[in-house]
Amino acid sequence: MDGWSKRLEQLRSHRAAPCLGIALIVVTLIILPFALASVGTAWVRITNLAILFALLSLGLNIVVGFAGLLDLGYIAFYAVGAYCYALLASPHFGLHLPFWIILPIGAAVACVFGVLLGAPTLKLRGDYLAIVTLGFGEIVRIFLNNLSQPINITNGPQGVTLIDPFRIGKIDFSRTDNLLGLAFSGPIKYYYLLLIVLVACIVINLRLQNSRLGRAWVAIREDEVAAQAMGINTRNVKLLAFAMGASFGGVAGGIFAATQGFISPESFVFVESIMVLSMVVLGGMGNVWGVVLGAILLSFVPEILRYTVEPVQKAVFGRLLIEPEVIRMLLFGLALVFMMLYRPAGLWPSKRRKREFSEMDNS
Amino acid sequence: MQPAQLLAIRHIDKRFGGLTALADVSLTINRKEIYGLIGPNGAGKTTLFNVLTGLYVPDGGQFEFDGASLVGLKPYRVAASGIARTFQNIRLFGNMTAMENVMVGRHVRTRAGAIGAILRTRRTRDEEAAIRSRSRELLAYVGIGLHAGMLSRNLSYGDQRRLEIARALATEPKLLALDEPAAGMNATETTELRRLLEKIRGDGVTILLIEHDVKLVMGLCDRVAVLDYGRKIAEGEPAQVQKDPEVIRAYLGGALP
Repeated sequence: MDGWSKRLEQLRSHRAAPCLGIALIVVTLIILPFALASVGTAWVRITNLAILFALLSLGLNIVVGFAGLLDLGYIAFYAVGAYCYALLASPHFGLHLPFWIILPIGAAVACVFGVLLGAPTLKLRGDYLAIVTLGFGEIVRIFLNNLSQPINITNGPQGVTLIDPFRIGKIDFSRTDNLLGLAFSGPIKYYYLLLIVLVACIVINLRLQNSRLGRAWVAIREDEVAAQAMGINTRNVKLLAFAMGASFGGVAGGIFAATQGFISPESFVFVESIMVLSMVVLGGMGNVWGVVLGAILLSFVPEILRYTVEPVQKAVFGRLLIEPEVIRMLLFGLALVFMMLYRPAGLWPSKRRKREFSEMDNS
Repeated sequence: MQPAQLLAIRHIDKRFGGLTALADVSLTINRKEIYGLIGPNGAGKTTLFNVLTGLYVPDGGQFEFDGASLVGLKPYRVAASGIARTFQNIRLFGNMTAMENVMVGRHVRTRAGAIGAILRTRRTRDEEAAIRSRSRELLAYVGIGLHAGMLSRNLSYGDQRRLEIARALATEPKLLALDEPAAGMNATETTELRRLLEKIRGDGVTILLIEHDVKLVMGLCDRVAVLDYGRKIAEGEPAQVQKDPEVIRAYLGGALP
């Protein structure tokens, strides 16, 4: 045992250790979709959805984690991005723009919505802000549901169908291509694309965190009056947090629409906002890696439960006692409650947040 | 030559409902002066600070700072125009390190935005390096250079006061407004504070000081104004103000029988 830990320590302190670690992670991430595909394509899709949620969580992390503004309607920006893509790349309006034009448009439109939400709520804090953002999320969803009359823009509750997949040159993300004897199915291609976007978003998040702007966000969260007195334009800096968070959501929404090929207002209900917020809080508000971990865990655990709850019950009781769907959410809820009781700062908290929580314990 | 006068406060009124916190307060502060503002508790000293720094909007009156009017400006604009302040009840960013606190103070004199931060452009990196080195200098300047990496809320009381001054200095103020910087300090710390304030003035920063420690005020300030119930009841050199019967009445509550 002692020899093992010593050798592990030696390995860790070796100069090449970080490079080796990164190389290992990269190789794993590249092989992952094929390993998952051999279990079932469904798992690749689940992974893709997990990465999408990671993108959303990173966006919400800017608003909630960095600037400390509680947003309960974040999914609205996801919806805006998704509908932007759907309307500009489907037979609904007969428009078929390429994705690399639509994604920036989606990000920009979501950004505008972020400012629209941010501007009237600048003076609100905490629970009051939460209520307004909650209302905002619902308003967007209700608009999507009802903007089929008098002019049919969103096609109402039926949603938009036959949305174009991504295309780069001749590569179509909805078909399977064979390359080097490997079958690159649609979900696998989206996986790689999402991975690149995720890495970009992580880099953006990290860089923002350690910048003049990142410090201003933390300062506002810590003491808004002092931040103002130090010359921080709290209005602009807060709006910027809303706008940047929203544009992450807009990009994620666009990719979501393309991977699904169909979207309807039902995908953007309040529970989804809460889900993303749970990922941020459970993973560790303010810490980029914690947030990604939270998103991946909360996306996968319910899916794993979906596939295990039924066989386990049959093996133990001989028959199905509780519907998988019911017990899944029950276990999920319990897990959240226990997490918040025993690790209130999240699974992988930022150093700063951890200090804030220990401060609360002391006082 | 610049005009000697840096800040002119003219006929400031401030009411909270029925309570008159400031009534027709006027005073002028000259460049490179240490100007003391004293008065019993509730006299309106901090209110005057808050009005001056844009936290409150006055009900009447004018401020002229360095040739420009300040009334109605948002606090961040006031900071940009060159007034930095500290708070009576210390308001540091508790979960940031001492260094980070001072770096926040540099915000108003730097420009890097979101795009620069994301792309990490040359200019952003240079600016960030400049922010760091200036912040380190300022921490050393106020005498807490060794505590740069400590969380500000773990600093000792005296060091927190110093850090607040360093953070305020980071905004490159022409006028440094200190709200009871010596409150809660022991005699040694007060002496050190006095030396620090003299050094700051020596480097060309004008200081407006609210203080209860009469000995500190009398020894340090060039001129003093006394507020009582929101009115200015005396102004002048410390020795002269100290003898003013009105001031004695305000502090001791009327003549003895």
